[in-house]
Amino acid sequence: MSNLASSAALAQASPSSAPSGHAIELVGVNKWYGEFHVLKDINLKVHRGERIVICGPSGSGKSTMIRCINRLEEHQQGTIIVDGIELTNDLKRIDEIRREVGMCFQHFNLFPHLTILENLTLAPIWVRKMPKKEADELAMHFLTKVKIPEQAHKYPGQLSGGQQQRVAIARALCMKPKILLFDEPTSALDPEMVKEVLETMVSLAEEGMTMLCVTHEMGFARQVANRVIFMDAGQIIEMNEPEPFFSNPQHERTRLFLSQILGH
Amino acid sequence: MNLSSFIDVFHAWPSLLNGLVMTVMLTLVSSFLGVVLGTLCAWGSLKGPKAVRWFIRGYVEFFRNTPFLGQIFFIFFGLPALGLRLDPVTAALVALTINLTAYACEIIRAGIEATPAGQFEAASSLGLKPAQAFFLVIIPPAFQRVWPAMTSQLVIILLASALCSQISVAELSYEANMIASRTFRNFEAYIVVTLIYLGLAVLFREMLTWVGRRFVYGEFATGAQR
Amino acid sequence: MNDFTTWDVFRNLLAAVPWTIYLSLIAFAGGAAVSLILLSLRFAFPRVAGRPVRLYVQVFQGTPLLMQLFLVYFGLALMGVQTTPLFAASLCLSVYSSAYLTETWYGCVLAVPKGQWEASSSLGLKHWQQMLLIVLPQALRLSVPPTVGLMVQIVKNTSLASIVGFVELTRASQIIANATFEPFLAYGAVALIYFVICFSISLCGRHLEKRIRI
Ligand SMILES: Nc1ncnc2c1ncn2[C@@H]1O[C@H](COP(=O)(O)OP(=O)(O)OP(=O)(O)O)[C@@H](O)[C@H]1O
Ligand SMILES: [Mg+2]
Repeated sequence: MSNLASSAALAQASPSSAPSGHAIELVGVNKWYGEFHVLKDINLKVHRGERIVICGPSGSGKSTMIRCINRLEEHQQGTIIVDGIELTNDLKRIDEIRREVGMCFQHFNLFPHLTILENLTLAPIWVRKMPKKEADELAMHFLTKVKIPEQAHKYPGQLSGGQQQRVAIARALCMKPKILLFDEPTSALDPEMVKEVLETMVSLAEEGMTMLCVTHEMGFARQVANRVIFMDAGQIIEMNEPEPFFSNPQHERTRLFLSQILGH
Repeated sequence: MNLSSFIDVFHAWPSLLNGLVMTVMLTLVSSFLGVVLGTLCAWGSLKGPKAVRWFIRGYVEFFRNTPFLGQIFFIFFGLPALGLRLDPVTAALVALTINLTAYACEIIRAGIEATPAGQFEAASSLGLKPAQAFFLVIIPPAFQRVWPAMTSQLVIILLASALCSQISVAELSYEANMIASRTFRNFEAYIVVTLIYLGLAVLFREMLTWVGRRFVYGEFATGAQR
Repeated sequence: MNDFTTWDVFRNLLAAVPWTIYLSLIAFAGGAAVSLILLSLRFAFPRVAGRPVRLYVQVFQGTPLLMQLFLVYFGLALMGVQTTPLFAASLCLSVYSSAYLTETWYGCVLAVPKGQWEASSSLGLKHWQQMLLIVLPQALRLSVPPTVGLMVQIVKNTSLASIVGFVELTRASQIIANATFEPFLAYGAVALIYFVICFSISLCGRHLEKRIRI
């Protein structure tokens, strides 16, 4: 059982005891798509164990920013340091960082030709070189954690959206990441399935996982976030603890955005 | 023409059998090699360095836009000028494989391009290397998507192998020619061999459907998921 | 021995290009005509004509063109019909192409979304009106890329006419190879010429496809 200690426990080190102080550091990050300036001078330091929620209008660069953190997108200027490793074009470092950073996508991106169990064990077996038996145990552990161990031998197409997203979270956890990135994990889900996914995420947060989460679920932000970030047009406009962020936004654009999404 | 005129043809059953074995061998070997090499070429043409991509594009376009008969003539009669002398069977296998690889590459590439980008991203975010992501995550659903097209192409290769008779490979249609000129029963010989081809094509298609069900299609439905 | 320059080889090959194109056009026109008839039958009398048409397609797609060519050539002779290589090749290529065209075009009609039939019948159009006014125009657009692909196949298939002795590009290259003892040059050059013809057709097809999509 001890080798199955939850990944969150590994990441639970308090901010002060961490070797480099921060889980993620973005300093002066800029990115362009051709002429289009998607990320403008992004500065962000994320402590270990911190939960950050990112919101903002469509096209503001939220996805792009978090996708830069595990190099699904390349930034052109500035530095990104993840767990003390600076992201460069060095493929070794990218691999190293991807092993420490898990990601969950809006459309789950489960592998349709693999069973749920195989989805979970694929990376442990091929990347961590874990024996199959051990990987299976690990996978069942995390499937139990997201409350769907009975689905292990089904295929993704046979599960509901909420179940698929929980599988995707379990799949990321199987790599025992120190950091988890979420890109709108609930926005492709029917309302009644949003809750089960959010509950899973809350329980992760309670275990101290470092989380960066793009979401418009403001209830979730209030409940678990240490900080909420508002982005617009490629910039971080406002960043604050949830209480002041929601009750007293400093910028007009934040206010407008919040009134729009909280209005409904 | 009556039934008795077929008797001469049926008397030649040993040579028909030899031809059949050769046709089956040519088809199976080139199908296997063509699909494997086609997959590798598809990978190279999508993820390889620029020079490799261009080379593969050029190769695929060239072999899809020239007749197989010309290709086999060039390989068998033309290449010896460069000092590369192949025996007929090898030349036939090389020609069939090179031809099929070009088509298979194109078919598989289409299947890969229909794969949602998220699949590759999810694989990368889990730390899989590009080659691992390609062969473990991208290829299996892509194969499922294009298996019907691949089946048709493999049947076409079976039928195209008839042209190997033109460089005197002793396969079915070569034996048909032999029987025809020995017995002067041209029409009868060709009817019998044509029907054998038809049977082979039907069987081969069945076999590929079985292979598809057994190895290519899982119990999953790709359509159900983005 | 080498009295032939590269240019001589090309010049003689180019002289055979019109025959390849001529044969391709006949095969395409003939194939299209046959397959339009078959398709009309299949759509007009699906019960009666469906199975025979499918069988026709399966037989011609399930046997080698080479065998069909020999059968036509010797079959006609057996029936006492005086035949020329051009006639035999034209007939055979037309029939062969018609099988592929029928299959492809039938697929294009089926590929028009069901909603289009439903919408047009809800407007009160009769079946033949739906077909003619709503479905066929859309199927026509869908059919452009695969039809261009089949045209390339037809051009390549005309090379088989060389086997019954019709002098088109491939036969010309064989003759030149034997006369010059330069098979590498002759077969290389003929491949290049085929490539230019077929690739131009493919490129035109891609261009058309782009224009249609808008
Ligand atoms: N590959 C690309 N090439 C060019 N432009 C892109 C590309 N990907 C994203 N963009 C543009 O970059 C901007 C930011 O995109 P991004 O996906 O980060 O937005 P987002 O904040 O996540 O929006 P959403 O809430 O809709 O997901 C958008 O204007 C988008 O059009
Ligand atoms: Mg986004």
